[in-house]
Amino acid sequence: MLEFNASTVAFVVFSLFSLGGALGVVTTRNLVHATLYLILSLFGAAGFFVLLSAPFIAAVQVLVYIGAIAILIVFAVMLTRSMTRLRELYNRQWILSGVVAGALFILLMVGVILPVWGVNGSQVGRPISDVVLGTVDLGVALVDKEQYVLPFEVASLLLTAAMIGAIVIARDDRE
Amino acid sequence: MEQAVCDINHLAECLVQSGVNRDLANLLLSLGGAVLVATVPLVTVLFLILTERKVAARVQDRLGPNRVGPFGLLQSVADAVKMLTKEDITPNGADKFIYNLAPIISFASVILIWAVIPFTPLHIGADLSIGILYFVAVASIGTVKIMIAGWSSNNKYALLGAFRTIAQLLSYEVPMVLALLVPVMIAGTMSMQEMVQVQGGMWFLFMAPVAAVMFFIANLAETGRAPFDLLEAESEIIAGYNIEYSGFKWGMFMAGEFIHAFTACLLAAVIFLGGWWGPGVEQVPVLGFLYLGLKTAVVYLLALVIRSTVPRVRIDQLMTLNWKWLVPISVGNVMITAFLLQVVKLLGLQPQSGDLLAALPQTIILLLGNLVLVAIVVQALRNQGRAQRLADEAAKHDDEQTAIVAVGD
Repeated sequence: MLEFNASTVAFVVFSLFSLGGALGVVTTRNLVHATLYLILSLFGAAGFFVLLSAPFIAAVQVLVYIGAIAILIVFAVMLTRSMTRLRELYNRQWILSGVVAGALFILLMVGVILPVWGVNGSQVGRPISDVVLGTVDLGVALVDKEQYVLPFEVASLLLTAAMIGAIVIARDDRE
Repeated sequence: MEQAVCDINHLAECLVQSGVNRDLANLLLSLGGAVLVATVPLVTVLFLILTERKVAARVQDRLGPNRVGPFGLLQSVADAVKMLTKEDITPNGADKFIYNLAPIISFASVILIWAVIPFTPLHIGADLSIGILYFVAVASIGTVKIMIAGWSSNNKYALLGAFRTIAQLLSYEVPMVLALLVPVMIAGTMSMQEMVQVQGGMWFLFMAPVAAVMFFIANLAETGRAPFDLLEAESEIIAGYNIEYSGFKWGMFMAGEFIHAFTACLLAAVIFLGGWWGPGVEQVPVLGFLYLGLKTAVVYLLALVIRSTVPRVRIDQLMTLNWKWLVPISVGNVMITAFLLQVVKLLGLQPQSGDLLAALPQTIILLLGNLVLVAIVVQALRNQGRAQRLADEAAKHDDEQTAIVAVGD
């Protein structure tokens, strides 16, 4: 059973933010409202990271995701026919996407939550690991050749490729 | 249990003895502290507006406000009262909820920064281990508030002003973050308080002058001040994103803008000018408020004079300055500093204690690195200027040729 203390209350609040916001994103017929609900949802996720004592990830969550919402609104304005009172169905395969998303969600639940909780919740309340790592460890892990330097560099290469691609597409060929 | 003194100095104990749960008492006091930190900028802004108007007036050879109270000190109070009595207008077709939300986010996103500013060795809202990143994250919310204010007003000028914001604020975030990376590398920490403590021997201004200038310029643009005030260019889009707002909501945008500009200068003072360091601050920590205030005032006055003397840039000049100059210089600066810091480490010259002599070798090496960077930038500027002149002369020559041919016909 969960203890009732400040972090429980915070967890409930962040859960409401996160799930309620996500629900709002897909149910509202106003694209700008949808982006604002997305802010709420992402903020809830940032709150979870704070509760998990990962302030670095929380700040990055706010910086990268919430900070980019303004661009998302610009995309919504530029690339859609109308921002409010959407009536048309843009995607005919939404049932298929729904099924795939649901299957992925169940897979994640089984794959991630089950090993942590154990069968019938037998491992609840037991810390997974005694090792407590901080922001410095995260930084070291990203550049340590024994750990994550390869994925880190591959990710940056991917981003560079995306950026070059965007520049090539946007470039004026007349010059 | 012994009866503790129940006065303002023992508020937590006092609450606990009054029958309040200890956790709740701590929570209440934290909230009280948060309110206190948030009130400081609110009171400051009244005088910031006056300072700004006075400085602008002096630059333009005027006196500025001097009627209300001694030296016009109460002018801002009168203005605030006037603003409260104005009609609160919500345009037809505005998205009401978002429209009312935008001024609140606008103000809150700036106030939140004050939580991590170390005023003295003892007084800081929250000494986060990721203080600098927290500042960057909170500042990035600023784009959202302008975007939703511009969109929800249902006004084309407002939307245009908001779109300019995206281009400007997002672009200048890049050199700002890269400039902040340099002091973080030198200090080896992202905590604001530790960053100030490291500067005991030498301010980062002398170790990383290029980064300090980059941070200052990028922050001028981030706060939307002249010469980078494109998002509310009066002569082009009337007032920009806040055109439909009136009364106190407009006041909140304005107050938010003033506090943001001041906060940027405060951060520059904390990160590059040694924050609360000053003579005797270790014995009497409260002196830190004074020193930090003085340093901030110097930076703020510089920003004010720039604001009232430099004309507004065009959007293409804004983008050229950012992507062709500031970003490459910042990247170069980060690389040079990282390299030199490793050199300093290899030579064993990194400061062991917090006094001037210990910090001197590292400062000299980093300063030399910065000078090399400045020399490269100046040379690049000269080359560009020469190319521009040659192109101009060629164009002029062509014009003359055409004119002669025309006369010959």
